[in-house]
Amino acid sequence: MKYFPLVWAGLWRKRTRTIFTLLSILVAFLLFGMLQGVNSAFSSAMENSNVNRMYVESRVSMIEPLPISYMQRILSVPGVTGTSFGVWFGGYHEEPRNFILSFPVDAETYFDLFPEYLLPKDQLAALKQTRNGAVIGVALARKFNWKIGDTVVVPTTIWTKKDGTQDWSFQVVGIYDHAEDTSKANSFFFNFEYFDEMRAFSLGTTSWFVVRVADPTKTAQVGEAIDALFLNSPDETRTQNEKEYAQAYFKQFGDINLIINGIVGAVFFTLLFLTGNTMMQSVRERIPELAVLKTLGFTNVGVVALVIAEAALLCLVSGGLGLGLAAALFPAIKDISTVTAMPLDVVGTGAIAALALAVVASLPPALNAGRLKIVDALARR
Amino acid sequence: MTSAVSIRNVVKSYTRGKQNVEVLHALNLDVPEGEFLALMGPSGSGKTTLLNLIGGLDQPTSGEITVAGERVDQLSSSALSKWRARHVGFVFQFYNLMPMLTAEKNVELPLLLTSLSGAERKQRVAAALEIVGLSDRAKHKPSELSGGQQQRVAIARALVSDPTILVCDEPTGDLDRATAEEVLGLLQTLNRTQKKTIVMVTHDPKAADHASRTLHMDKGQLVSETVKS
Repeated sequence: MKYFPLVWAGLWRKRTRTIFTLLSILVAFLLFGMLQGVNSAFSSAMENSNVNRMYVESRVSMIEPLPISYMQRILSVPGVTGTSFGVWFGGYHEEPRNFILSFPVDAETYFDLFPEYLLPKDQLAALKQTRNGAVIGVALARKFNWKIGDTVVVPTTIWTKKDGTQDWSFQVVGIYDHAEDTSKANSFFFNFEYFDEMRAFSLGTTSWFVVRVADPTKTAQVGEAIDALFLNSPDETRTQNEKEYAQAYFKQFGDINLIINGIVGAVFFTLLFLTGNTMMQSVRERIPELAVLKTLGFTNVGVVALVIAEAALLCLVSGGLGLGLAAALFPAIKDISTVTAMPLDVVGTGAIAALALAVVASLPPALNAGRLKIVDALARR
Repeated sequence: MTSAVSIRNVVKSYTRGKQNVEVLHALNLDVPEGEFLALMGPSGSGKTTLLNLIGGLDQPTSGEITVAGERVDQLSSSALSKWRARHVGFVFQFYNLMPMLTAEKNVELPLLLTSLSGAERKQRVAAALEIVGLSDRAKHKPSELSGGQQQRVAIARALVSDPTILVCDEPTGDLDRATAEEVLGLLQTLNRTQKKTIVMVTHDPKAADHASRTLHMDKGQLVSETVKS
């Protein structure tokens, strides 16, 4: 700590240049925080997948419907202990940018397969009894200030009703929480029966079936058995475990991991040269000062350490500010990332990236500073 | 009297392009403890080279240099750094203060290399600034100080670790006459009251008058000596 004033003073020798460099690093780490945060949230969604659950969808495409009648046949497969189904509704609140994860589901069976959704029994009963009833997540209720008893209108661009309109009216009868993370309680579930009666097309079909298996080590066999049931039928199926299903969902948007790593890599590569150049200039301008430090007794290693410490301080402060800003802005992209808070591991990775950037960028000028010959440097030769 | 500095047959040569230039030729010198020695001579006579060798900033090509009882010509780069921190205080012509640090932080620099606590360092810095008469300018940066004040801060920095020897390279070269007199008076006081051994390079005969002995150099050799009566 006693060297801090010396390191800090060296950093602010050229105030404007330091501020510009700080801003560049800050923006880079803001981008890093947001993108890695999304990446990490996606990975975590896959890692936290329930190993007992599988999904059955059309072999042709995610959006191709499957007949509801499949449900009983799936249930008959050995190893299957429960099944339910849901449809992608694509609803929103007031305008399409207020997207809502909304699904008509089989109220009788759906919540039994998702024990992580904490819904009071009386509210589940209310959903089963109320034709246009809906159960919403705590996070969603907070977001739109909805409460039990409210009548809400959820339009969709996909499903037209028999009357030709796309505005669907619901009565909120329950609010569920998520066992691990309240921010994940962000969906809108309503009765499939009501949906199927009202919709203008695709009657009697669903988007997917969710299946619970008794033994998670047997998912491959169970999946094969389910798909074999419908082989050579007009609606062949593809059964995947929850992790594969989540991966397939995210792959719709492209290989997110590759894209994000590519962008972050390019940004850091540029940043490396920018920071390196700044440190190089800074050391060049201070050659006589560094020579004085050596004259006073600072060793070569000591001077190298001072230069690296300066770069580390710059990168850690600006990187920290960038990550802090990313954390503050993260809730704004929760519709994409599916979580409201930036995952903590991004902060750790960011700190390591900032330190690595500092060391790599400052090592060449630091070594030059360490090799300075005092007599030549003092004489400005 | 024991020698603070003992130089035996020291040769220093540099390579300039393909040419080998010998700057000091088999030089011998003794500086007794507590002496205020001035080195004078024309440019290129080797006085700054000799001063750099005494201060451990450079190594001789051959010969022996003993300062404060240590053979500095045999020390490694790292050991030499530590030796300088312990035994030598430097005063330069252009002060060489850190522009972003206040006077007190500049003075504290040599103490950062010691194991003194923050409170002890603060105490030593205050005492050094008191000696040079700049206690009231402790919080000022070099740009807010006059040339004379900056040089006095540099002297405080040289003094603060209580070195065995003060090495001054043209300490008044950048100062007007009145300010130069003040700085030289201060060095003289340090020599007399604190018995500091001082070796000073100067072009100025009036500056050399403050020393107890003046050695004249020419072409890498000591050519004459003036001892103040």
